[in-house]
Amino acid sequence: MTQQLVMYEEELSQITSICEVLQRDSNAKAVLVVDKNGQAFAEAGEVESLDITSLSSLTAGNVAATGAIATLLAEKEFAGQFLEGQKTHYHISIVGQRVILVVLFDERSSLGLVRLRVRKATTELVHVLDVLAKKSASGTSPSVFSEITDDDIDNLFND
Amino acid sequence: MSFINYSSREINCKIVYYGPGLCGKTTNLQYIYNKTNPEAKGKMISLATETERTLFFDFLPLSLGEIRGFKTRFHLYTVPGQVFYDASRKLILKGVDGVVYVGDSQMERMEANIESLENLRSNLTEQGYDLDKLPYVVQYNKRDLPNAIPMAELEEALNPTKVPSFEAVAPKGVGVFDTLKAVAKLVLTELRKGG
Repeated sequence: MTQQLVMYEEELSQITSICEVLQRDSNAKAVLVVDKNGQAFAEAGEVESLDITSLSSLTAGNVAATGAIATLLAEKEFAGQFLEGQKTHYHISIVGQRVILVVLFDERSSLGLVRLRVRKATTELVHVLDVLAKKSASGTSPSVFSEITDDDIDNLFND
Repeated sequence: MSFINYSSREINCKIVYYGPGLCGKTTNLQYIYNKTNPEAKGKMISLATETERTLFFDFLPLSLGEIRGFKTRFHLYTVPGQVFYDASRKLILKGVDGVVYVGDSQMERMEANIESLENLRSNLTEQGYDLDKLPYVVQYNKRDLPNAIPMAELEEALNPTKVPSFEAVAPKGVGVFDTLKAVAKLVLTELRKGG
């Protein structure tokens, strides 16, 4: 089975900072970091009006479908995608083959600027994700789950 | 692959409903969606054709409450059941934490049931999973139909490993939450083993 994804406070705060800088420097409306299974774990910018859960799940589905198309065409992957709307544009890129960086922007920015800033943010994100992967693998984290009892689980389902 | 966020104190798990076309996977999710409190659910997304056949997946995010201060969130997905959507089914199985196999109780769907179950097993193997080691439950849907096969026969054909199984009439909700609870419990139990 694939390794469990674990996120810690320190790395999450670093990832959030990278998102905030990217959102500011690229004049984007919003930036999201989503894992490949469709769970968002960091965001920056105007996210209040967004349905982040749905957006993340669909983005992951989109990336999975695009990845499968790449395989069919004997490509390793399509590293990025850009969808142009009337008001909002959607730019996604795969970072370190593990997470998806989503940038939503409008006329205040441009595709060129977004691409440029995404490149810089990607380098930084890869570094943090590497640290995170090592930390998860070393298992130094406190494991609350080994202490879960049957009663804890049953209590979740009490009607 | 469950996602544990120590920062926001959340556990996210992915459950996939699998089964032949028209067996009632989407109906399971629709019933859960309709009967869940608004604060415990997100928007249900269905990527379907114009004739309401699932094209890519249905998605329903659900919060089940807290365990030891951690919010438990389950992301429920269905796969498209029709045979020719196999490439999409493989994608949806990626990162799965628990599987619900929904069988169709009707005699004339037995072949489709068996084919879908074999397809589930082989697609999981392709993704590096073993169905026998995953949290896994079986649901026999459409128990109210006159042409439903006796349970013993279904069990023999579709549940050789004797995992927990449930009779269901999904549009009326019979067995729907029992199935969900059973697979969610198995997923959390697995998480404890891994933790």
